[in-house]
Amino acid sequence: MTDHERHLGLYRQMQLIRRFEEEAARAYAQGKIGGFLHLYIGQEAIAVGAVAALSASDYVLTTYRDHGLALARGMSPRTAMSELFGKATGCSQGLGGSMHFFDVEHNMLGGYGIVGGHLPIAAGTAFASKYRGDGRVSVVFFGEGAASIGDCHEAMALSALWKLPVIFVCENNQYAMGTPLTRTLANDDVTARAAGYGMASDRFVCENVHQVMEHFDLAIKRARELSEPTLMEIRTYRHRGHSMSDPGKYRTAEEVEEHKRRDPLVVSRTALEKAGLGDKLTELDASVETEVQDAIKFADDSPEPGPELLAATTYKGAFAR
Amino acid sequence: MPQMNMVQAINDALRFEMRKDPRVVLMGEDVGKVGGVFRVTQGLFDEFGDDRVIDTPLSEGGIIGTAIGMALYGLVPVPEIQFGDFIFPAYDQIVSELAKYRYRSGGEFSAKLVIRTPVGGGIRGGHYHSQSPEAQFIHVAGLKVVCPATPADAKGLLLASIRDPDPVLFFEPKRVYRAAKGEVPEGDFVVPLGKANVVKQGGDVTLVAWGAMLYEALDAAQKAAEKGIDCEVVDLRTLWPLDIDTIVQSVKKTGRVVVVHEAPKSCGLGSEIVALINEKAFLHLEAPPKRVTGFDTPFPYTLENEYLPLSHRILPAVVETAQY
Ligand SMILES: Cc1ncc(C[n+]2csc(CCOP(=O)(O)OP(=O)(O)O)c2C)c(N)n1
Repeated sequence: MTDHERHLGLYRQMQLIRRFEEEAARAYAQGKIGGFLHLYIGQEAIAVGAVAALSASDYVLTTYRDHGLALARGMSPRTAMSELFGKATGCSQGLGGSMHFFDVEHNMLGGYGIVGGHLPIAAGTAFASKYRGDGRVSVVFFGEGAASIGDCHEAMALSALWKLPVIFVCENNQYAMGTPLTRTLANDDVTARAAGYGMASDRFVCENVHQVMEHFDLAIKRARELSEPTLMEIRTYRHRGHSMSDPGKYRTAEEVEEHKRRDPLVVSRTALEKAGLGDKLTELDASVETEVQDAIKFADDSPEPGPELLAATTYKGAFAR
Repeated sequence: MPQMNMVQAINDALRFEMRKDPRVVLMGEDVGKVGGVFRVTQGLFDEFGDDRVIDTPLSEGGIIGTAIGMALYGLVPVPEIQFGDFIFPAYDQIVSELAKYRYRSGGEFSAKLVIRTPVGGGIRGGHYHSQSPEAQFIHVAGLKVVCPATPADAKGLLLASIRDPDPVLFFEPKRVYRAAKGEVPEGDFVVPLGKANVVKQGGDVTLVAWGAMLYEALDAAQKAAEKGIDCEVVDLRTLWPLDIDTIVQSVKKTGRVVVVHEAPKSCGLGSEIVALINEKAFLHLEAPPKRVTGFDTPFPYTLENEYLPLSHRILPAVVETAQY
């Protein structure tokens, strides 16, 4: 594969996530999706870059902002959209919804709604990989808000002590809901803690998807070959509110615009255009469009699950009352 | 009397008590500048400043643990946990520490604080934003648990909770945060803890409910009336300590009872209520007590209206009980 071909592939994934979520936002406004919807728009390069550097057998876990990682990992837009719509064809048959994607086939071990709760779980999957000697790496994504909860500390302390093949990825989008970084962390360098735990760290501002891949290459090598954890902090920005119900009034329009200008998706698009691949981009955009519209239609047409599903999804076998 | 929804009534209670008692401080994620995700603390940061309305990092164990320490030193913290489902990182602090101060100090000392948190389903939040964990806390001796259904009760019970000498978990039914509207007395107004309210008198079947499900019970009672069944509806208001006397008095009159709650059935508060009815009013019963509850499953994203014990599930239980 040439560099350009690879770049086009990465671009397509980012564009798919972007368009998928824009359409999901529209469906939310139409009442087809209920509850919560946290958009990853602006941060796509991180999931896409990380997944490109990982192999399919590696484990990934993330927060409730999980559509991007799931799609990057290979969940079909149909399955993902159906889950958002609460339909039986969704990845959790509609029982989980937006925040709780799960995809065993693609080793995506869940989107988690309890902030920070999934960090020790990633330490556990890493432990199991090490125990089995299967060379798998576990990658867990979380926000800088999660850096303040106890589970985060415990997961990192254990992983460093036991030398687990895990990568802790703090996607620092600078806000935990309405609270800016400056009011949640006394030291805004999350990786400063790595020294305290005794693990390697890496900190950078996300500019483009290639750069993300390169940083992950190193951390993955460290995990796979040396069985050592890494704490990574990636500065990024979410273009939208925390979730659909957040108008995001705590940020100025200028600040948001400033970040949109540095949008890694646009950076990729511009670079590819410059390389003379404009026609190819148009083609890719059209195919993404078809895929997303197909997903919406599929989700719309899919049936809702029946109540009998509840019992069978609580314990193995009939038990629930 | 001013009309308020529940959000406004709780805000009014907090404002009143903060003006009156400088020991009262609020803390939680986004409770300050943003005014809380449900806007319950809106405007309080501006009036009382950042040392009394404290934005915290995302740190439930830290929030509650710190609140306990503040309470030991004579402050009256009213921490907010953004959703009842996020209280579990603080469960250890609540269960192992908060609940036990009066006991371990030989009755002399208590960490007096009120944990406010929205509970229950109805917003399609799925399994992390919908639960009703009252039974988990009632089972821990040393905690009081409150769940208002109306704006007036929300204000009166919250003021009672803040002034109570023991720790209180104040569960706010988010489904009716804005939908429940009503007159709320101005100024000081207390609804005593531990007193249920007979919202509707009736002679045939007793319905026991609280929080958002009170409205479903009332709706079912109205539909039952069309079938000639006259329900008495009891709003528990304080879940613990339980006003079993009011329930028993009603059951002695009707001989039939249906308990409604959102939480899963097994070992839910309904189990305890039915057990106590059996102990105290066994010979007055004309039919086996019934429970209409959530299922013994996680709270689903889709199927929410199947899971919740809404009127369409309560009514058949009432009819069955009445015809037993
Ligand atoms: C234990 C827990 N506490 C609080 C919440 C509510 N909550 C959900 S997301 C969030 C902010 C998280 O911010 P951050 O970790 O920076 O991630 P981001 O959403 O910015 O990706 C909060 C407070 C929760 N889901 N779980």
